[in-house]
Amino acid sequence: MSAEKNYIDIFSQNRALIDKGSAGAMNALRDKALECFTRYGLPHKGLEEYLHTDVRSWFEPDWGMNLNRIDMHVDQAQAFKCNVPNLSTLLYFLSNDVFAASDTAANVQLPQGVIVCSLREAAERHPEIVDAYYGRLADMERPGVAALNTMFAQDGMLVYVPDGVVVEKALQLVTLLQSPVDLLTNRRILVVLGRQSQLTLLLCDHALAANKYLTTQITEVFAGEGSSLKLYDLEETHNANLRVSDYYISQEADSTIETDFVTLHNGRTRNSVYQTFKGQGSTLSLNGIAITDKEQHVDNMTFVDHRVSDCTSSELFKYVLDDSSTGAFAGKVLVRHGAQHTESQQTNRNICLTREARMFTQPQLEIYADDVKCSHGATVGQLDEKAMFYMQQRGIPMEESRMMLMQAFVGEVIGKVSLEPLRDRLNRLVEKRFRGELSQCEGCRACR
Amino acid sequence: MMLKIENLKAGINGKEILKGINMEVGAGEVHAIMGPNGSGKSTMSNVLVGHPAYEVYDGKVTFKGKDLLELSAEDRSHEGLFMSFQYPVEIPGVSMTNFMRTAINEKRKYQGLQPLPPTEFLKLIKEKREFVKLDSKFMNRSVNEGFSGGEKKRNEIFQMAMLEPSLSILDETDSGLDIDALRIVADGVNRLKTPETSVIVITHYQRLLDYIKPDVVHVLYQGRIIKTAGPELALELEERGYDWVIKEYEDSRK
Repeated sequence: MSAEKNYIDIFSQNRALIDKGSAGAMNALRDKALECFTRYGLPHKGLEEYLHTDVRSWFEPDWGMNLNRIDMHVDQAQAFKCNVPNLSTLLYFLSNDVFAASDTAANVQLPQGVIVCSLREAAERHPEIVDAYYGRLADMERPGVAALNTMFAQDGMLVYVPDGVVVEKALQLVTLLQSPVDLLTNRRILVVLGRQSQLTLLLCDHALAANKYLTTQITEVFAGEGSSLKLYDLEETHNANLRVSDYYISQEADSTIETDFVTLHNGRTRNSVYQTFKGQGSTLSLNGIAITDKEQHVDNMTFVDHRVSDCTSSELFKYVLDDSSTGAFAGKVLVRHGAQHTESQQTNRNICLTREARMFTQPQLEIYADDVKCSHGATVGQLDEKAMFYMQQRGIPMEESRMMLMQAFVGEVIGKVSLEPLRDRLNRLVEKRFRGELSQCEGCRACR
Repeated sequence: MMLKIENLKAGINGKEILKGINMEVGAGEVHAIMGPNGSGKSTMSNVLVGHPAYEVYDGKVTFKGKDLLELSAEDRSHEGLFMSFQYPVEIPGVSMTNFMRTAINEKRKYQGLQPLPPTEFLKLIKEKREFVKLDSKFMNRSVNEGFSGGEKKRNEIFQMAMLEPSLSILDETDSGLDIDALRIVADGVNRLKTPETSVIVITHYQRLLDYIKPDVVHVLYQGRIIKTAGPELALELEERGYDWVIKEYEDSRK
């Protein structure tokens, strides 16, 4: 428990400083978080859920944290240029964990009652929202990073959409890591959708300078009755980046969520999604892509909890692993007693391009209801050699045919993205990635 | 000379299957290669188009004056060699249009030409599609995915029409085809035929040769061409089977 002890010490010694840099509900939960963290500690390889990703070891180095909230002077407009043609989004930034709106977003009139702001600011100005939702989903009563994150998190973002409000324009949150030294960041994102509301949210995760980064990010999503959310999470960081991201998603009746978790470029990544159907008639489309090479590692863990009847979940995760990169996927679907008429489909397909690349896949289905339609499946294989030769016979060179087959393979997942400009962009980014033209991230001038 | 094969010895996994093939195909000629199962017909077509699983142990193949065996599979295609597959491969996620555009433009790149402008490409697709009576709906579908047996073979001929090869190898094109589909396919091949292009029809049965008339018929047996004659040989094989040719060959070796 040496890594844990270190963080407990830092926390105890800096408690006042941490509180000073944050507010309200965020500070109110810290005592409980400390208690949970002391009890459960960091997740490690000895745990079933973290079998292939030793998250604890990532925390062992003596990381610096910017608890004193020194201004890192990130000029977003200068550092980041997101060229998404036809995708006009309202752009927001989290520089490490400091929130900022782009000029356009800052001047735009959001629909009545919609709040997009710093979480710390929200904790002061909208306590009725933050108190009601912050930390309500993130589960600290288990080994994970939720407790540690709750101890240290000082800021992040709140997106609040009131009942009946439709946010037409997509919101884009660009998270940028930039610091003159190696840095550990703990940030929070809170997304609250009222009844019958609609929102499209795109999160792009980037690392600007070539320092080592470790980030924990806890995102809590409340989808109210009849609401509709499209949520896309795209990671384009670098090889020295360590990311632990937990999503906690709660769906009330008749809500619809479409998600896509894309790891385009990274170092080592652990994404967890804990989702719960709380009301009947809801739908979840949970998809993901991971493209890895070198020594990269991507671990996606999903837990879909069919607690009530008449809900539909479909999952499709695809990985393409090159060099000696590794991937892991564990997908658990739990259909509880009484969750009749559940429809659930889970698929994980993977291609290992080399003998050194490794994929670990673990689909799990637990069913305690008798009138359900559930299926799951997983495959690990190589590119289809017959198809490659067929293409070569038609004059398409081997390298090009490989590209086309890989593109087609992940294209099935991209095809599920209903936001068309994003779909086009993803196709282009994926192609660039396969062609090796995306050694770092597309949007960062710093990498060029 | 379109194709000249000299003492070709080839096989798979170190096992010699072709044991010294000699054959010449002139421009404008149609050759049929017939033979019982296991005689090496598929090996021969695969070796010619450069399938990576097959190994060449000896011999020489000259295609339009070039050393064919020195070329990569894609360059053989660019030089004008085409094979209609016995089992066309399904490629999920790659649309016919994208597949054809890439193939055409790779060939043009090889020839030092600019990519075909999109409008011209679409015009070409339409023309060739109508040529083999392939519905436009297939163009947006993934290559061969969900195509019936007949549609797959028609798609092969469509691709042949698009790429305009000098030498086409039809590898058991008749297998799994009903008579109507067979006619359409054969009709396509015949209409694509010019005095400058040649065809090698590899088939087990005479049936296809009723529609695609060969100039020369070869019998392949145990990796060797044991008899070469005119089109009448195909009819005779249909009537009498292969046994008499094999016997004739074995007697001659005694």
